[in-house]
Amino acid sequence: MKLKNRGFMLITFIMALVMSACSSDGEKNAASTGTSDGQTTTDVPQEIVVRVNDDPDFLDPHKATASISYQMILNIFEGLMAPETDGSLKEGLAESYEISEDGLTYTFKIRQGVKFHNGDDVTMEDIQYSFDRLMGKNGGEKMSNNFDNVASTEAPDANTFVIKLKEPNSNFLYSLTARQSAIIPKSNDGKHNENPIGTGPFAFVKYAPGTNLELKKNEHYWQEGLPYLNKVTFAFQSDDQAAIMSLMANEVDLTSVPWHRVSEVEASYNLSHQNNNSSLIVTFNETKAPFDNVKVRQAINYAISKADIIDSVFAGYAVPLGSNMSPAMGDFQKKGLESMYERDVEKAKALLAEAGYPDGFKTKITVSSHNDIYSNIAQIVVANLQEIGIDVEIEVVEWGIWLDRVYFGRDYEMTTIDLTGRASAYEILNDYISTNDSENFFLFKNEEYDKIMADVLKETDQAKQIDYYHRAQEILAEQATAVYIADYQIVWGSDKQVTGLKSYPFWFHDMSEVKFSN
Amino acid sequence: MMYILRRIILLITTILLVSIITFGVFQILPGDPVRTMLGTEADSTQIENLRFELGLDRPLYEQYVDWMKGLLTGQLGDSIRFSMPVKELLFDRLPVTMSLAGLTLIIVLIISLPLGMFAARRQNKLSDVSLSTVTQIGMAVPSFWLGMMLILYIGLQFSFFKISGYIPWTQSVTGALSTLILPALTIAIPQIAVNFRYVRTAILEQVQLDYVRTIRSKGMSEQNVMYKHVLKNSMIPILTVFGLIMAEVVAGTIIVEQVFSLPGIGQLLITAISNRDFPLVQGIVMYITVAVVMINFIVDVLYSVLDPRIRLR
Repeated sequence: MKLKNRGFMLITFIMALVMSACSSDGEKNAASTGTSDGQTTTDVPQEIVVRVNDDPDFLDPHKATASISYQMILNIFEGLMAPETDGSLKEGLAESYEISEDGLTYTFKIRQGVKFHNGDDVTMEDIQYSFDRLMGKNGGEKMSNNFDNVASTEAPDANTFVIKLKEPNSNFLYSLTARQSAIIPKSNDGKHNENPIGTGPFAFVKYAPGTNLELKKNEHYWQEGLPYLNKVTFAFQSDDQAAIMSLMANEVDLTSVPWHRVSEVEASYNLSHQNNNSSLIVTFNETKAPFDNVKVRQAINYAISKADIIDSVFAGYAVPLGSNMSPAMGDFQKKGLESMYERDVEKAKALLAEAGYPDGFKTKITVSSHNDIYSNIAQIVVANLQEIGIDVEIEVVEWGIWLDRVYFGRDYEMTTIDLTGRASAYEILNDYISTNDSENFFLFKNEEYDKIMADVLKETDQAKQIDYYHRAQEILAEQATAVYIADYQIVWGSDKQVTGLKSYPFWFHDMSEVKFSN
Repeated sequence: MMYILRRIILLITTILLVSIITFGVFQILPGDPVRTMLGTEADSTQIENLRFELGLDRPLYEQYVDWMKGLLTGQLGDSIRFSMPVKELLFDRLPVTMSLAGLTLIIVLIISLPLGMFAARRQNKLSDVSLSTVTQIGMAVPSFWLGMMLILYIGLQFSFFKISGYIPWTQSVTGALSTLILPALTIAIPQIAVNFRYVRTAILEQVQLDYVRTIRSKGMSEQNVMYKHVLKNSMIPILTVFGLIMAEVVAGTIIVEQVFSLPGIGQLLITAISNRDFPLVQGIVMYITVAVVMINFIVDVLYSVLDPRIRLR
């Protein structure tokens, strides 16, 4: 009997714990947003928690290479030029610029009165220091290959900065945004990774590895009235499903929503659709038989159904592609190529037979396990190619091994991956230049393509540049360099009160104009 | 004394062996940490710079000697992924995992012990059969799924419970509980089931013994019989299982921290492995090894206290 009483007491204790736990409602909201201090100017707390799925690789903008880092740190740093949402450029720390007729001299007038987050003015010395650091001219290691073409840099007066190139390069201005050449203070030398200081709308507060990155409002930001938010917290959470639950539990205010779960959140949250500007491809090692035969590559292009992949993997949230460029790139994209290889199994079989493989062949598709989409795509590829007699085995490997073996080692037959979008058309297409050893993992080799990509750098007229880029895309399609599947959309789900989100043709959570509205 | 000395020698040998294996394994495993960290976006200069900075361009034996030296002085090197000392990262995460493991153990204990005793006393009655069935299910449930269910049906329904992140005890006790209860329950539920069954069996074995009949016949109260004699004599088999459960709890934190985005050692280990951050993995594996080996050591010592005959074996 006494034992029974103890059991009863235990249950009562647990119940009491749960009940008391459930009753402290207000505290949770305060903890999740930390905003109930009433110190903000409006009724709505201007603090946001943005979920990202991984830590930055570096906070030092000259060392960072991963897209995920720039999603966050472009809020801290600025370059001489700044990106626009349509992929074009506008002036950033430079107030204006001029390019000499021969395309070799770039003269920038620097905006006056801009301050770093530590309160110091931006000086010519800081700008010079930033470029010297990137080029390895101040005694340290060279930080980037982007500036190999720079002959000299100089500051003739207190608000002019001049860069001279060895050869004209129509893509050079793209190297001057914060992503490639953030302007950082000389006084912070040696501490750029631990305590990053820039001129952007938000200043660094704290980085807790694996947990979050905290930024605060730059009170002295040079753009009048911006930013609106007082605090931005990037919370790292790798699991998409858990992230959705965190959104529902009000623990994050903004996250990407897995495509198949959009219907669960669309009623209660704001959804915005961003063309990712990446090219999701199924590709081949073009030096290995049978993929060295263009007819085999074309047969595979006819056999794989982009619509099947878009519907089943991306729940329809994707735009079909015909070459390595997304509609997010506007006029730079050659339209119409997406219908060049409409699904045609008979044609695919005929092409295979012409290539000398009437009964098909056996091959392997190596995919990374770090994102489900790759193995999901591989399964559709297997089913599609089976219809034309190609027997594909799926090999799933870890991301590190994929990089080692497929991307850098080129030891593969087929693979699927999404190539991250860049703001510059040249940087998107230069992966296929035969001498681009670091990025051309397809081992694609085409003389006409190489020539076009060399010529476009010397062309200053944008209409003519576009013609070059269009022809380059046609070559990729004609040569069936890869199966260009789609640019999938990222669906962002946010609290209904969040407004001012801007989407760029590359990964950047621009928080400068974001605010909570009633 | 000899018994404890033998155990200590075994403990040190295990730790040393694990340290050698961990270093070796990461030299054989495919995947380059620098390339994994920088991804496809990095150019050759950036890759070379980082390799140099991390000392990965040096001969393997030099790296090995350095690591061993560091290990002896308690310095575990720098994490490749996070560019900061492994020791610092471990110390930041340790309180989270320790709190989670501690809370889990408390939950397991306060539920499974009374429940096991209760079921044993009502052997083959309806309540015993139902409890055994329920716990059978509890044992079979995968912790990942269980975590998700707790998030869905408790975390999202009752706003007190946080489903991600961690609030330190020093900042707020209720805050810490709000972040830890659901993950602790996720690990505890299957362990309660395991422990319940062992407690029940151990007590059933005892109550059938002659001495219990004797003390009962002498008129001792049922409560005294159970707590003073039966429970104490059942402790040896229960302790064995409890040692195993503690090891399970430490291992269980790995998955559960991932599900609840709890910034503990387990979550750090997953990140470290996927990034081929071997200084960090080595550090964490050493921590887990020491924790598990120490738990086993304590259990062994406790045995010898409870039953002196064990020391003679």
